[in-house]
Amino acid sequence: MKTGRRRLPLAWLGAVPFFLYALLFLFIPAASIIAGAFKDAKGHRTLSNIHQVFQSQYIDAFRTSIEISVVTALLGGAVGLAIAYAALREGTPRWIRSGMTTFSGVAANFGGIPLAFAFIATLGSVGIATQFIDNVFGVNIYNSPVNFAIWSKTGVEITYLYFQMPLMILVIAPAIDGLRREWREAASNLGASSWQYWRHVGLPILMPSILGAMILLFGNSFAAYATAYGLTSGAIPLVPIVIGNFYTGDVLSNPHLAQALAFGMFVVLGAMMLLYVPLQRRASRWSR
Amino acid sequence: MRRKRIAPAAVIWLLVGAAYFFIPLIATLLFSLRKTSTGHCCSLAAYGYIVHDPQFWSTLRLSFQLALETIAISLVLFVPTVYWVHLRLPRLRPVLAFLALIPFVVPPIVLVVGLLDFYKGSPQWYYGSPYGFLATAYVILAFPYMFFSLDAGFRAIDVHTLTEASQSLGASWWTTMFRVILPNIRVAALGGAFLTLAIVMGEFTMASLAAFHTFPTFIQYVNETKAYPAAAVSLMSFGITWLAMLALLMVGRGRPGRVQIAGGH
Repeated sequence: MKTGRRRLPLAWLGAVPFFLYALLFLFIPAASIIAGAFKDAKGHRTLSNIHQVFQSQYIDAFRTSIEISVVTALLGGAVGLAIAYAALREGTPRWIRSGMTTFSGVAANFGGIPLAFAFIATLGSVGIATQFIDNVFGVNIYNSPVNFAIWSKTGVEITYLYFQMPLMILVIAPAIDGLRREWREAASNLGASSWQYWRHVGLPILMPSILGAMILLFGNSFAAYATAYGLTSGAIPLVPIVIGNFYTGDVLSNPHLAQALAFGMFVVLGAMMLLYVPLQRRASRWSR
Repeated sequence: MRRKRIAPAAVIWLLVGAAYFFIPLIATLLFSLRKTSTGHCCSLAAYGYIVHDPQFWSTLRLSFQLALETIAISLVLFVPTVYWVHLRLPRLRPVLAFLALIPFVVPPIVLVVGLLDFYKGSPQWYYGSPYGFLATAYVILAFPYMFFSLDAGFRAIDVHTLTEASQSLGASWWTTMFRVILPNIRVAALGGAFLTLAIVMGEFTMASLAAFHTFPTFIQYVNETKAYPAAAVSLMSFGITWLAMLALLMVGRGRPGRVQIAGGH
């Protein structure tokens, strides 16, 4: 026998509008991608879209996308970490810290078409930096031996770093701030050198935060469409660009193939998320 | 003890960061000031070309209206939900925090494919209108930013005491919400609103795939046709991001830092 009366869980009703919205505009559309990826043009179940994704051109798109994402996550992560530490470490004036946060907030949110154009104006074939290097050093980076092009993979990577580095700075700054001065003092009292402090105390504590941040960076780059589109007018074979070409191009083709590609992105990003959640939990252990 | 001086290595890294940030902007500025006829400095013709293009004003207006609509729907939907979760359903908070990570797994390029497929054949006032289709999708994009901002705001106030005090003085739920809760989380709500503004004003992926003509698609159109005006309009777009971020900074002065998450590029 129950002693107390259970209250009707009416409180749950308060969350219904939100979940209804998420269901209608997030979960059902996401589910329809998964369902659509396994359908043919007549609506029958099939694996042919998935098979096709594993065909050379589409799997190449995944390879290129992942490669660019890994490069910009590692490079943007490393440089972002160095800049964040430079701004937050002892001895750096306070105003630099707040300045860095502001600029990073702007740069991390400045992406897409305008960013692509900013880099075309800088490193495009008649860009300011390209002409400057040509005038001063007599080297046209668009010719041999450099053979650079802003619409190439390297060009896309250089451009992505513009929002990857500041995102790293914003995500990692609280973790660097969380390194307590006492730990450093304790280490040096015990005779540790600066290198030993970082090797045995600083980096091990920061590592989950660094890895978690780099996963965010990976996803940020992997999902980017507008910047790559602006740089290359849709000519570079990245997964988002290939998906976009199904909708914006003149080629009217199997929409289920686009869904299969989207499903593939979903799988890659979902795997990243599975890595991210435990890392974040681990990172929050040291937070105050 | 003497104050430590700034380390040389720190100076170098900060300079690298500053150079990466400013050089593309300076290049864009120089580009935008070139004369169309000669390609040399200096002329404001590129800016004149942009502001005399009626498309500029109409797409800018559309994007701004979409931003306001997205902010309005987001606030109406998320403020009561986050409030209620903090007040009565604390067990649901981790669920919401987890849901706020979902847009990472379902980025704009994936979400728009799903929406276009699922809502194909829905009424024209929804599917064919940016105020319907795009706005509802943008609310999903804004959700993580809004949630983390509002969650921090609600955590900083004593929701239970405020609500009980208000109700024991005879206030209705409505009064409690508008006269007690909202003024206390105003900063958090404004912060989320400015972030949403920046996102919607720059969102290209969904607008392009769904074939709507918003401000970013106008920039791309100029980008493909005219080089110097493209630099001018890119710089204007950057200015909008700046303004939104400065506004965010102004309202959030002296408060703990907001949570930053990956955006749509």
